[in-house]
Order: sequence, then structure tokens, then C-alpha cells
Amino acid sequence: MSDASMDTPEQAEFRAHCQKWLAENHPGQPPVHIPQGALELSDPAALKWLKKWQKSAYDAGLVGADYSEDCGGGGKTDCQAIANQEMQKAKTPFLPNIIGLGMAAPTVYFHGQEGVKQDLLPRLLSGEDIWCQGFSEPGAGSDLANQQTFATKEGDSWLINGHKVWTSLAHFADWMILLCRTSKDDKYNGLSYFVVPIQSMIGKGVTVRPLIKMTGETGFNEVIFEDLVVEDKYRLDEVGAGWKVAMTTLSHERGAGPLTTPSAGGQVNEKEKGPSIGSAAALIELAKVSYRNGKTAADDGAIRDHIMQLMVRQEGFRQNQRRISTKALNDHPMRLPLQFKLVATEMNQDIAQLAYEIEGPASSLYVNDENAAAGGQWQLAYMNSFGVTIAAGANEVQRNILGERVLNMPKSK
Amino acid sequence: MTQSNNFGFGEDETMLRDSARKFFADNCGPEKIHSQVADNPDIYRAIESKWDKSLWQQITELGWTAVCVPEAAGGIGMPVVAAVALAEEAGKVAFPSPLIATLNATFAVRECSSDAAKALLGEIAAGTSATLAITNQKGSWEAADTDVTAKDGKLSGTAYYVQDAQKSDVLVVSANNGSGVALYRVDPTAAGVTINADGIIDLTRDQAHIDFDGAAAELLDDNGADALIKAMPAILCIISADMVGSGEWLLQTTVEYAQTRVQFDRPLGFFQAVKHPLVNVMLEIDAAKSLTYNAACAVQEEPETAMKLARMAKSAASDMAVFSSSRAVQFHGGIGFTWECFIHLFFKRQMHNHVLYGDGKYQRAQLADMLMGKAA
Repeated sequence: MSDASMDTPEQAEFRAHCQKWLAENHPGQPPVHIPQGALELSDPAALKWLKKWQKSAYDAGLVGADYSEDCGGGGKTDCQAIANQEMQKAKTPFLPNIIGLGMAAPTVYFHGQEGVKQDLLPRLLSGEDIWCQGFSEPGAGSDLANQQTFATKEGDSWLINGHKVWTSLAHFADWMILLCRTSKDDKYNGLSYFVVPIQSMIGKGVTVRPLIKMTGETGFNEVIFEDLVVEDKYRLDEVGAGWKVAMTTLSHERGAGPLTTPSAGGQVNEKEKGPSIGSAAALIELAKVSYRNGKTAADDGAIRDHIMQLMVRQEGFRQNQRRISTKALNDHPMRLPLQFKLVATEMNQDIAQLAYEIEGPASSLYVNDENAAAGGQWQLAYMNSFGVTIAAGANEVQRNILGERVLNMPKSK
Repeated sequence: MTQSNNFGFGEDETMLRDSARKFFADNCGPEKIHSQVADNPDIYRAIESKWDKSLWQQITELGWTAVCVPEAAGGIGMPVVAAVALAEEAGKVAFPSPLIATLNATFAVRECSSDAAKALLGEIAAGTSATLAITNQKGSWEAADTDVTAKDGKLSGTAYYVQDAQKSDVLVVSANNGSGVALYRVDPTAAGVTINADGIIDLTRDQAHIDFDGAAAELLDDNGADALIKAMPAILCIISADMVGSGEWLLQTTVEYAQTRVQFDRPLGFFQAVKHPLVNVMLEIDAAKSLTYNAACAVQEEPETAMKLARMAKSAASDMAVFSSSRAVQFHGGIGFTWECFIHLFFKRQMHNHVLYGDGKYQRAQLADMLMGKAA
């Protein structure tokens, strides 16, 4: 993916800077256990260590490279992708402010009021402020526009009342991007978009309660608003333009927005040897040490075929990401970008599911059993994989989007 | 070694592809191909090879057979991705011609080191068609397996599943000469060569088993098995690209039908039972396409990984070929099941290609041996 020969002069110079800085400043092995991804963060000590890493990468210019300087960015062009490639290669830890970087930052950048974005974005990009997303509600999952959280104008401010659920990172978050209703008259044009403080307002109109996932882990929450007062300057774009603003958030979440999301990662915990849990290559290693029906799984023809199917899918996904930058091989510009979330999440789910089959009866053992294969991480990964096939528009909704926007079939609603 | 970001698909390759696209749009609409190859639905019809030879004349004049012949042998010397793009466009119109067979033979002859091989490449560049006769009766895709033997420059035995044999000017035959499998050039009209046309389902090509009875042969390379193994990644890419092209036509044609055909007061595409599987077809096409261009690029830029990547491409493309064609018939409903609907041309081409040089399961068995070691 990273072909330095295609770099512009600015990118080449920046790549050299990234390589030099990462060689000297990789944070090394964490002193505490780091979970598989930022959405699984529950230990404050792990968050603290990861925030320190994000701040140092930000200070070196590796996070927010393409944002303008007045908003705390690097003022460069198409350089974030370079930093991402180099951080991936250097196997750095992941960046903890994942929702802030991937969803809140581009939305605030394109729709925030002057002064507000200059105030909020530097601390978002540095990871000093953690952000969460207030979109989903008990009655608004896949049907996102069915928002029932209300913002009502009260003098110069807004009063927020409602109930958000499945809110990842809210237990650590300083700020939230909030989609809510300002008018009952129109489903889509009655929505407005705000950024609201969370941490500083707990007990003053904000309540955060952890939800426990099917894995037994925490990591996401419900958030209750009761007469939370929010200043009008924290409204993004016009009153009633919330749906349009939300589309900016979602296009970036799907990797299809104009700004590249800063992302780092590749570091594996020291005790995990070989290919990391969750990759198809790791299934090969697992099959070599697993028994099913009294035989080594790696010798079972059906298992071998199935593992290879997933190796092929994984390589196909990788090569789709590469093809996206070759215009001549993309007849429709959105056809590949709009697939990524769907394809990646289902592939990872199927990889983890196959691990169950490979492990045979030992797949029954969980993380609390010392005999569990790979510490029960595959079982954890499988159950957690449903978080992402459901979140951000369930994959059934993604198929509607692809069928309607790319293949021009009639809308299914 | 890393591969170039654009799969080596640059301006020249884009121009070639676009001119192929235009040529096919001007000359090969499905109505025309259907009236040409599907004029007789009789299940016991006589076995005939139906194609438009004048179109073949035109594409050889456009230089398509020279695309992957090295410059030193009188060709254009473009990368494998260029041939892949031609095959994709040919698949998109289910083009009946010896183009695919000739491209595949070109890659095999390119790996032969002899003056005879170089001379043949020059002829191919100038418009001679050729096909590989390298498969035995048991349908083995292994380069070392052949039922043909060579003695004193004469071939005996039978080669099976020879593609577009009736359209080809030259046969490239693998034969065991006692010390190994060598590759030979044989004139299909020579004494001792009998082309027995197979009655096949695919209407857009012909196929034959060919008897050799002391047929005169010119040696292309003593180490023919090695040449075939080296050529195999490119060959797998060509067949995969053909399937990607046909898959895209099936998808777009079925989507168009789903936009216009109304049942229960709605266009079919409104219903998610139709919409979602068509999206799945698209996902499979895209993965197969990216894998195919990647493997083709690897032939030149990362040859040590080319076989692995090409088997991945063929695995994805073969499975996609079955899926795209079955969904196209199903979603066209009653009309999709008829001879008059063009879908069956592509359905049959996909089902033929999906098996050629090994289906998905075969590719994955090979991949597993490569990546996991042989099973105990």
C-alpha cells in the first residue's frame, strides 16, 4: 500500500519526518493490559497511557496533519495517510480518541462555528479531550432519523432532554457529538446537531450509566439528558440541518469522507506471538495446534478450504483498498469506499467464527479458564464482532445504501 | 519488493482498455452475439464453431495479440495487466474468438527458450492464433500430466479439453518425451492430427479433444512443465478477468431488470430479497477484480508471490462466476430461464470458465498446501 515513489515532495518530506520520529519515539510495550481496540477500553490506566501516546504523536505532527493550523492541525495536504502508513509499519499502539478523530473532528471542522472549532479541535486531535457519539437511541437504531431526544430553545441557549444508548466511550468522554430533534414537523428537516460537554456536566443534566456487553465487558453506555443547558455557539450548522451534518459524520466513519482519519495500530501484546488474533493467517497457526474429532484441525480438508476462503477474502479486501486509488480501475467512484465497513466487519466476524470450528470442543472455554485456547481471545473477538456489524448503520442498511446509491435500485423505504 | 500502487495500470493500459471497450460496444452487442451463436437451440444440434472471423481480423490488426509478446520477439511488450484488461472487456461481451486461448498460449510460449518459440511469438504478434493442448483425460491441471508422448519429433496420444481448437492456427502441445514433459508446436491441419469437436454447453467458444497419431511437431522447449508452471499465474489471471467481465455484465443487466420489472406494484429492486443479493454479487466481483489485477501485477513485479496471488484470484473469480450467473437467472424470473433471454450466454460462459485451470476448491487446496503445508 505504501509506495513512497508516488509521494508528492511534501508527502516525501513528511514521510521521512514520520519515519525518523517513530524510530526514536515509539512508546514501547505498555505497562498495563491494552484491549483489542479503543471501543473496548475500560481501564483508566490503559486510557491514560494511550492518551499520552496520542499526545506525543500529535505534538510530532502525526495526528491531524491535514487539518488547518488555526484548528490545531498541520496545514498539510494528503499527509495523514502517510502518517497512518508509517504508524502502521512501526506497529504503534492504537489512538484512543477514535470517535473524536474519525467522526467528531471532520464534522466540527466542516460545520462548527468560528471560534468554537479553533477552541475544541486542538484538544480533540491531541487526545486531551475524549469524544463520544450521541446518535443511537432506544427507538433510533438503524432508523437513525427517528430521533426523540429534544433540544428546545430557552433564551440564548438550548435545553436538551432525552436518552442515548450504545454510546461507546461515554464513561471517559469529555465531549459528545449529538444528533437530536428541534422540530416534530419533519422527520429529516426537524433534526439539529450539537456538540455538548459530558464529563463536566455529570450530575448537572447528564447521567452516564455503563451497559454490559454480551461478552461481560463494559465499554459502552447509556446517557440520559435532563434539562442540560447548552450554549447556542455549540450548534453545528443551521437549525434543521442536522441530517446533512450527520451525513458528514457518517461518510467519514465509512472511510468515504474528504478527510483521512488519523489511525495508528499494529502493536500486539507481548504474549501474543505470530499473526495477531483476528487475521486469517492466525487461523492457520490456530489450526496447527487445535484438535477436533480427535485429529489436528490443520489436516481437515473442510477446515483447510474454509481457512483459504478467508485468506482470499482478506487479500481481496486489501487489494480493494489499493485499487481505490487507481481511477482507471474504478468505474463508479463510491462503489469501493461504501463497501469497506460492510466487507471488513463481516470478514472479521467470519474469521472469528471459524476459529470456533477449528478449536473443536475446546472452543467452549472462555477467558476465565486457564486452558482456553489463545486465552479465549477468539471467543471474545467473535462476540465483539457483532458490535461492528450492527453499529454505524447495521450491515443490512449498508446493503440498502450500496444497492441504492451505487446500483441505483429503488429505495427500500 | 513492493508493487506499484496502480497495479502497473498506467496511461497506455488505460488507452488500450478504452479502445477495446469502444470496439466491443461498436461491434459486439448481445443481440448480435446471440443471433450468431445461439441461432439453433436444438439440444441435439450438430457441433459447430460459430464466430465472426472478420472481427478477429480487425483485433489482430489493432495489435491485441501483440500486446504481451516481448518487443524482442516483435511484440509490444506490455505488462500482464494489459492482457487482463482485454480479457475483462472480452468477458463483458462474451466475445467468441480465439483471443483468450491465444493470450494463454502466448504466456506459455514466452517461457520457452528456443528460436522456434521466438519465431512463434513473432507470428502470434502478427495475428496467428494459438491454443494450449495440455490437459489429460482425467482433467488434471498439473503441468506434468499429459496423455501425449513424443518420439523422434512425432506426437502420439490424445489431448483433452483444448479451448477454441477449431479457431486456432497453431497447437501448443505438452508431451512426455521419456525424460520429462516438453512443449511442441503442432499444425492442426497436419497429417496425423484429428480434431474431435466436443459438444459443449458454452455457446461462445469451442472445445475439442485432439488425437495425435505420429503427428509432426516442432520442439518449443524441453522443459515444458516448468514453462507451463511459470505461465500459470498469467493464465489464471486471464480466465479470472474474463469471469470478472462477464460477472459485471450479469450484474448490470440484472440491476437494470430490477429497476424496471414491476411486481406487487413495485420494481423488483425495491425488495431487499433482490437488492441485497445483487449487492453481494457486486462485492464478489470487486474482490475478484482487485485480486486479479494484483496477481497480474505480481507476475512482473513480485514473481515469487504470483502463483499464490493468482490462485487467490481464480478462487474468488470462480466462486463469483457461479454466484453472479445463478443470481442473474433467478432474478430475471421466468424470462431468465428461456433461450431467448441473453443471460444464458453469459451463464454458460461463466460455468465453463469457473472450472478451467481448476475451480475455486482446487485453487484453495493448492493454496492450503502452499500456506499450511500438506495435510497429514
